[in-house]
Amino acid sequence: MTRNPPPIDLSEPPAIEVRGAHKHYGALHAVDGIDLRIARGEIFGLIGHNGAGKSTLFKMILGLTPATSGEIRVGGATVQGRDFRAARRHLGYLPENVVLYDNLNGLETLRFFARLKGAPLAQCPALLERVGLAHAGNRAVREYSKGMRQRLGFAQALLGEPQVLLLDEPTNGLDPQAIRDFYATLRELQAGGVTIVITSHILAELQERVDRLAILASGKLQALGSVQALREQAHMPLTIHLTLAATDRPAALGLLSAVPGVTGTETPEGLHVNCPRGSKMAVLRALAPLGTALQDLQIQEPSLEDVYFDLRKG
Amino acid sequence: MEFQQIFTIAGKEFRDRMRNRWVLAVALVFTVFSLAIAYFGGAQQGTVGFRSIEFTIASLVSLVIYLIPLIALLLGFDAIVGERERGSLDLLLSLPITRLELLLGKYLGLAAALTLSTLAGFGLVAVLLVRQFSGAALFHYGGFMLSSVLLGLAFLSMAVLLSVLTHERTRASGLAIAAWFFFVLVFDLLLLGALVATGGSYGGEAMAYLLLLNPADVFRILNVFSLDDVRTLYGLTSIVPPALAKPWLMGAVMAGWIVVPLGLASWRFKP
Repeated sequence: MTRNPPPIDLSEPPAIEVRGAHKHYGALHAVDGIDLRIARGEIFGLIGHNGAGKSTLFKMILGLTPATSGEIRVGGATVQGRDFRAARRHLGYLPENVVLYDNLNGLETLRFFARLKGAPLAQCPALLERVGLAHAGNRAVREYSKGMRQRLGFAQALLGEPQVLLLDEPTNGLDPQAIRDFYATLRELQAGGVTIVITSHILAELQERVDRLAILASGKLQALGSVQALREQAHMPLTIHLTLAATDRPAALGLLSAVPGVTGTETPEGLHVNCPRGSKMAVLRALAPLGTALQDLQIQEPSLEDVYFDLRKG
Repeated sequence: MEFQQIFTIAGKEFRDRMRNRWVLAVALVFTVFSLAIAYFGGAQQGTVGFRSIEFTIASLVSLVIYLIPLIALLLGFDAIVGERERGSLDLLLSLPITRLELLLGKYLGLAAALTLSTLAGFGLVAVLLVRQFSGAALFHYGGFMLSSVLLGLAFLSMAVLLSVLTHERTRASGLAIAAWFFFVLVFDLLLLGALVATGGSYGGEAMAYLLLLNPADVFRILNVFSLDDVRTLYGLTSIVPPALAKPWLMGAVMAGWIVVPLGLASWRFKP
């Protein structure tokens, strides 16, 4: 089940605040008026087609790309200008598809970035351990698999105990076990108050793991909220699977016809019921007379993927 | 500006070139070519063997003028565009480092590698030929080594500029080769052609100042004018007015060729 989003505490400044951000490249509006507040300690997902503006928004939050107009603050401070160094020491970033230096080994890679970030070099072995690369620290990155490179990139993002993590496709190339470990690490970081913004094309992976998410399309926020809130916004029907003997199915279909908007179709196991969100309890009550004839019941929420495509249709 | 950041970047670039033996390989190329030239340089005149140091330097100048610009351009073209292509440029620039610090770090690290291999390569030659060298000759040879380093730094600066302006490595390498062709092979021909076409009616002296637009020519002037014996060996640079024969002035022009492309690179550097 989706976890409830933490209440957004308005008394302290949000970890990330984007106000009226625009980024225009000539006629192309890569980011076209985005307002966003991400609370401290939130795991926030950013999804959208390629070219929707995710990476540009990331670069604006990092201060790599100046906004055409609008304002962006991280931890209450601007990422550009005089205090940019202090602001960036508290940021961890993993770019999409980054290729690290083949000729360095894992430990040297982390040391190089630690020096630039002003993080203690003593953190490097511990971070390798944390991402499961302790055994490979002395091997050249050239010999790393795609998953190992990705984990090294993640370790790099964790240098200096950042308060805000921006991770662009961090699970790209990871095997299922590594993906589990990765999200477990995120959970630990979240418990320590770290704010995490993450993008992924694997929507199923995000749906159980983010507190809130935003759908980006053509540089605009198309939807924003918890997965549950987006489901409600999308007005997508629930699917209920009923396990029934063949002889009991006509009776069940008769009972369901009393609930408006509900349709049932036969499946090998029983019935497949399409039900508007608001009618869930009405359906359950209508089925009560079946008694023990109803052998099993499963309620299936629309997946984030279904919601995503539904919301994108507008 | 934080020097710590510049040194971190420079240190990595330099160590990379030491580790993959780039510095060693280039130094050996310089040594082997120089010894060959010093020994066989007079073969056209029907003699082999070591001859006067001035003729050796003159032969080395014509070697260096081809070799060092090529080596410097090949060393530097990848500096920024390589990071851009592998996706690590955004990562570097998301750290507490400014673009200028990154650029200077890259340049200084590569410059240290190039300088070390130049000094080691030609220095070894000096050690091997020390018996042929008089005090004055050593002074000239020192000047030759110093100007070779400056020549390399100027073309390295140009290479870093190309690396900033392009978005693909292949394009950057193509432009680097084109720059080599232009400055080393074409530029003098164009000047000579212009001189001949105008029948020398447009002041030859003004034309001579155009040589300053090419660091390779500045290098040639620097070395040729310190050697009276060989001044006559060169065609185009012989028309150079005496005002240009001041080493400190030519050194300043060379410094300009190092600073200006780097300045342009810093100005045009966008993530």
